[in-house]
Amino acid sequence: MSEHASRRRFLQATLTLIPAVTLAPQDVFSATTEGEKTAISIPPPRSDSYTPRYFTDDEWRFIHAAAAQLIPADELGPSAVECGIPEYIDRQMQTPYAHGALWFMQGPFVTGLGPELGYQQKYTPREIYRLGIEACNAWCKAQLGQPFDKLDQGSQIKLLQQLEADTMALGEMNGSLFFAQLLGNTKEGYFADPIYGGNKDMAGWKMIGFPGARADYMDWIDHPNERYPLGPVSIDGRRS
Amino acid sequence: MPIEKPSVDVVIVGFGWTGAITAMELVDTDLDILALERGPMQDTSQTANYPNVIDELEYSVRGKLFQDLSKETVTIRHSLAATAVPYRQHGAFLLGNGVGGAGFHWNGMSWRAFEADFRLRTHYTERYGAAFIPGDMTIQDYPVSYAELEPYFAKWEDVAAVSGQAGNVKNHIRPIGNRWEAPRSGEYPLPALKDTYGAQVFAKASAELGWQPFAVPAANASAPYTNQYGVRLGPCNFCGFCEGYGCYMYSKASPQTSILPALRQKKNFTLKAGTQVTRVVMDSTGGMATGVNYIDPQGQEVFQPAKLVILCAFQMHNVRLLLLSGIGHPYDPVTGEGVVGKNYAYHMNSSVNVRLPKNTQLNPYIGTGAAGTAIDDFNGDNFDHGPLGFIGGASVYHLRPGGRPIQQSKTFKNEPKWGKGWKASVQEGYQRILPIYAQGSVMAYRNVYLSLDPNYRDTHGQPLLRMTFDWHENEFAMIKHAIGGAQKIARVMGGDVEVNLRESGSHFDTRAYQSTHTTGGAIMGDNPRNSVVNRYLQSWDVPNVFVMGACVFPQNIGYNPTGLVAALTYWSVEHIKKLYLKNPAPLVQT
Repeated sequence: MSEHASRRRFLQATLTLIPAVTLAPQDVFSATTEGEKTAISIPPPRSDSYTPRYFTDDEWRFIHAAAAQLIPADELGPSAVECGIPEYIDRQMQTPYAHGALWFMQGPFVTGLGPELGYQQKYTPREIYRLGIEACNAWCKAQLGQPFDKLDQGSQIKLLQQLEADTMALGEMNGSLFFAQLLGNTKEGYFADPIYGGNKDMAGWKMIGFPGARADYMDWIDHPNERYPLGPVSIDGRRS
Repeated sequence: MPIEKPSVDVVIVGFGWTGAITAMELVDTDLDILALERGPMQDTSQTANYPNVIDELEYSVRGKLFQDLSKETVTIRHSLAATAVPYRQHGAFLLGNGVGGAGFHWNGMSWRAFEADFRLRTHYTERYGAAFIPGDMTIQDYPVSYAELEPYFAKWEDVAAVSGQAGNVKNHIRPIGNRWEAPRSGEYPLPALKDTYGAQVFAKASAELGWQPFAVPAANASAPYTNQYGVRLGPCNFCGFCEGYGCYMYSKASPQTSILPALRQKKNFTLKAGTQVTRVVMDSTGGMATGVNYIDPQGQEVFQPAKLVILCAFQMHNVRLLLLSGIGHPYDPVTGEGVVGKNYAYHMNSSVNVRLPKNTQLNPYIGTGAAGTAIDDFNGDNFDHGPLGFIGGASVYHLRPGGRPIQQSKTFKNEPKWGKGWKASVQEGYQRILPIYAQGSVMAYRNVYLSLDPNYRDTHGQPLLRMTFDWHENEFAMIKHAIGGAQKIARVMGGDVEVNLRESGSHFDTRAYQSTHTTGGAIMGDNPRNSVVNRYLQSWDVPNVFVMGACVFPQNIGYNPTGLVAALTYWSVEHIKKLYLKNPAPLVQT
């Protein structure tokens, strides 16, 4: 029996028994013949089927284009977009973090005292994205005639490098601050537990060999320099 | 007018390690003990349960267990003339919050200190001459000796179920263990943790160089253990989620894991979470405390009368409370007068990364907070400082606290930060990069101190604490020497070597995590002109106020501070019980 047929039969057998609300959004468990609990992986929704709650259409296109360059697809693993990073970032925008609520945000905001004294801007992550994307797209349109997401790949990479190096005049928004925000969240989403919407199929973890939420190596401490035999699991019990 | 509560015998401000130890040791006196903790209640079953706690984003990246900086932070400047700005995001240090404090989310490295650390100025003067100590270095002796504290280190190690290999028992030096450690009265409660592969590689290379590697003493239990309070800890399973997390295995010592299960049974002990103490209230003479004011969870101001006030908040918060309460004279760096805020110190860290050969499987996620192997040949005064010209030293070690991918996947700094190049290097580096750390002591200086900030306030309208701190040449020289040792070890290991040395001329950088080992500001000493508290950690100025924690260190040591913090707390409480409760008066005459 093919995996697909098996899955379909399982779903037909169980869906009538389980109230829909108790199903995990993408995965269900079944008992294999060995009796071991195994996740049946239903392909996650593609990023383009997710409707962003914070980002506008223009911003959403920018995030997709930039994420695809920051972590591109290659033989080591899928791209940030394939891993759901745009969805991850958009979902993060609903959290206290994105509203700056984890940071001390009282003024006066004194800048220019040196990078060692840390973040001294008044912007929250939501504002950094909003202002950063707007400024970046405005620059692209003025200099290159098109928004960022319409540029060819080489131009996009060059532009990201300029952002990172702070060599673009973006007005109010500091290019490297915006770039650090984007890159930081992209890598976070690539490596965070998939419950947050990124790291689809635990691809980020598989790329480096992190076993996820297994968090029990009582046996493998006795196997120095040997490859760990098990694949990753996520907090909600998904395997890959 | 604040609401006034019925009086208690003892009020404990803050419930991390020192608060839990203090309460537990006083609870058999039948005194009414009330502990006030500003953060929320936290327990293993609720706050650190599996699998929810295995969440790097929520815990160590977003800082679920860290102090909410939006309400209160510190301000930082590098020099006396500069304007301080707020520490707006967690970076160089990770302040704790809630029941357990930073002791809930720490790693568990549990060291003693060297005998010479306790008589630092005298020791260096005797061995190298008084002129060896720079004029602006305000180091001083601890007013207590290692021999006096030894039983309290031993007691702490039992409570915390410390795993380790003794190297010096009653002055018998062992062929294994740390031959440099101060003499112990006995073995560690538990044998050392098993070595990770990285620890084995480090040990082999450092032994080849003639140094004696040893297991870092770990408050991560290597086997089941029942401590003297009857609390049972489970064996560590190397899950790799210590720092930033509570321990779902009940293996990492914490107030929750090691003390609270016994303490919460006691009828004369009450713990109130969500209560923020804003000041110690003084009587009309200013010579005695009458209690504390706090803000309760409903936002109401409460006056809690108490006969004895014990400050057990984190190092910085204790200093701030003293300053806000007007206890002791604030330190003035221009005149050198005053004591509160004086001798703030820290740690200085650097590292060397080694990329081991292809196909190496470090399996970095197999780790625990204190899973490490160290050498002390560059620490304390274990080498001749004469030709080197600096004071202090560093522990040199490999530590494998985990392989959490967002924050602990390594690449070399000259490698791409994004794109295909980043993917290739992060994949290679994850299994192959072995870090060697040097964590060194920081001395006290005349121009480094803590005070109240003139510009920024917390959500209750009180001034923030201001830190005036920057590196000094002594510490640059110290860390360069220690990193020299780390480089030798790295070269013996083989592979590509990357050195991350804090160079002379660089400034204290608040952005990247360094360590939460901030010390001083309410230092202990032998007279009120050089210190805030006496040898029993009793305020010189207000005898019914005691102050616990790393804020009492006259200067920092080349080790993680928690072992010394705990031993000093046990020492202090023992004398509160033996001396102070029988005769509530100054325990040291001036």
